[in-house]
Amino acid sequence: MGKTITEKILAKHSGQENLSPGDLINAEIDVIMCHDVTTTPALDMLKAKGVNKVCDPDKIVVIPDHFIPNKDIKSAEMVAKIRRWVKEQGISKFYDLGKHGVCHAILPEQGHVIPGQIIICGDSHTSTHGALGAFSTGIGSTDLAAALATGKLWFKVPHSMLFTITGSLQKGVYSKDVILDIIRMIGVDGALYKAMEFNGDFIKQLSVEARMTICNMAIEAGGKSGIINPDQKTIDYVKSKTDQDFELIYSDHDAEYEKKYEINVSDLEPIIAFPNLPSNGKKISEIKENIYLDQAYLGSCTNGRLEDLQIAAEILKDNKVNPDTRMIVVPATTEIWKQANKEGLIDIFMDAGATVSTPTCGACLGGHMGILAGGEKCISSTNRNFVGRMGSPKSEVYLASPATVASSAIEGKIADPRKYL
Amino acid sequence: MIGNAHTYDKNHINTDEIIPARYLNMDQEKDLAKHAMEDIDEKFIHKVQEGDFVIAGKDFGCGSSREHAVWALRGAGIKAVIAVNFARIFYRNCMNNGFPAIECDDISKKVQSGDKLEIDIKAGKINNLTKNEQYNFKPLPEFALKMIEVGGLMNYITIE
Ligand code: SF4
Repeated sequence: MGKTITEKILAKHSGQENLSPGDLINAEIDVIMCHDVTTTPALDMLKAKGVNKVCDPDKIVVIPDHFIPNKDIKSAEMVAKIRRWVKEQGISKFYDLGKHGVCHAILPEQGHVIPGQIIICGDSHTSTHGALGAFSTGIGSTDLAAALATGKLWFKVPHSMLFTITGSLQKGVYSKDVILDIIRMIGVDGALYKAMEFNGDFIKQLSVEARMTICNMAIEAGGKSGIINPDQKTIDYVKSKTDQDFELIYSDHDAEYEKKYEINVSDLEPIIAFPNLPSNGKKISEIKENIYLDQAYLGSCTNGRLEDLQIAAEILKDNKVNPDTRMIVVPATTEIWKQANKEGLIDIFMDAGATVSTPTCGACLGGHMGILAGGEKCISSTNRNFVGRMGSPKSEVYLASPATVASSAIEGKIADPRKYL
Repeated sequence: MIGNAHTYDKNHINTDEIIPARYLNMDQEKDLAKHAMEDIDEKFIHKVQEGDFVIAGKDFGCGSSREHAVWALRGAGIKAVIAVNFARIFYRNCMNNGFPAIECDDISKKVQSGDKLEIDIKAGKINNLTKNEQYNFKPLPEFALKMIEVGGLMNYITIE
């Protein structure tokens, strides 16, 4: 019997020949990414255990992003502590203010994601990096502390689920709609503890960035990871970012999957996930009522990359944001911000009446820079619409693609982007 | 372990509900505990007593990886969570803290808030003293029992 890419990567990193789902292993970690919220408790744990040196400073990438720029005194203290630790440990891969951005957008952009690696971060959306053929998963602070100390971490080898996606998307429909539709179909625990592997002609057509959107939201179906076998696009992307060597690992043709889905996306429409679960997706044609919006949010590790901004700008060009709606655009990284500026996208957003913030997680998790009041409704290109996710427990979040966020901002209510393209 | 149940007969209770992100600029158990379960039950923190249990449906702890969710519950005095099943990172965080996360079928239908429960982790048994009922659960994996015994992953790796 063949093996999946996930089983092979985990085997290689734990010195085993063969692994099967359910096996408990101790694996060597290639990249440990640290952000502000979950890292400070890990540093306290290391201190309490008398661990004064991290295993290997070169494995560590530090990217404060949740409350950046510091939102209040407490978050300022958190980052100050991280900054001191970075200096003391000699960690060179540190993306402080000026090079800052959302950690899952910076990591691949700056060449820190290599196919075949194991990547961990104290953040659930670490599944994003599976788009480049790495095993990448979210962990908590204790895991982070253990990995920082030893360079290793325990894992249970997950069962894999295979999603074979074929067809071509209609204009105005994007990879975000595809993943929202998959989560609608299988539910928020449809892939609990599983590795979600995506393949098929459709995936091959997608840019690496659009693939990241799909793997990013694997966690919203309960997945342990999302992963896509590398192809020429992956190789070209990685080579454009780093000169580090890599070995390509692929799933065998006869690999065993716990479940297989075949999905054709040719008839898919824009999907909107209604409050309060990412699985509450509705096709735009099914929405009969007018859902008026107080805020439209474009950003995050799901959809704050350059092509997301380009798509939204195409719709907003020569249009205006509805006077009853506030639109906030948050380019996910400093590089994306600069590029968007060069391409004139920032001007398009500002001329339309939106505001453009510095990169941050910000309002995506209800941190700062755009919090919702009770009773307010927001359409958002982010990944979660739980109760209180972007502010008041009485506010509502509707998840959608960047295109749907832009068309809805113009009309001040949930609106189909296809008529603007 | 003996304590009272606080039952939330709901699936997919997420970490944003267990401890909202607006409190993530703190990481001490006693500070987080003041806001435990705030967005799902404002009165939780006034009802809970040292040694109690939280009971829930499927997929408890889904969403973000914040271990703050485990700390907030433990800080509030909760000694174990019993749910039909758990989201992956929350389950992992419980294990790594040596905090029992127990999976038991239909538990949120069987146990009402206020029921007094006695839990035998090793035997995989819950005794509902109020209703005089017994429920079995799949005993925790050996690795989890070891973590509970030594007090979590950080102690485990230093012992290893
Ligand atoms: S952008 Fe949102 S979902 Fe992504 S890491 Fe930041 S807070 Fe989490």
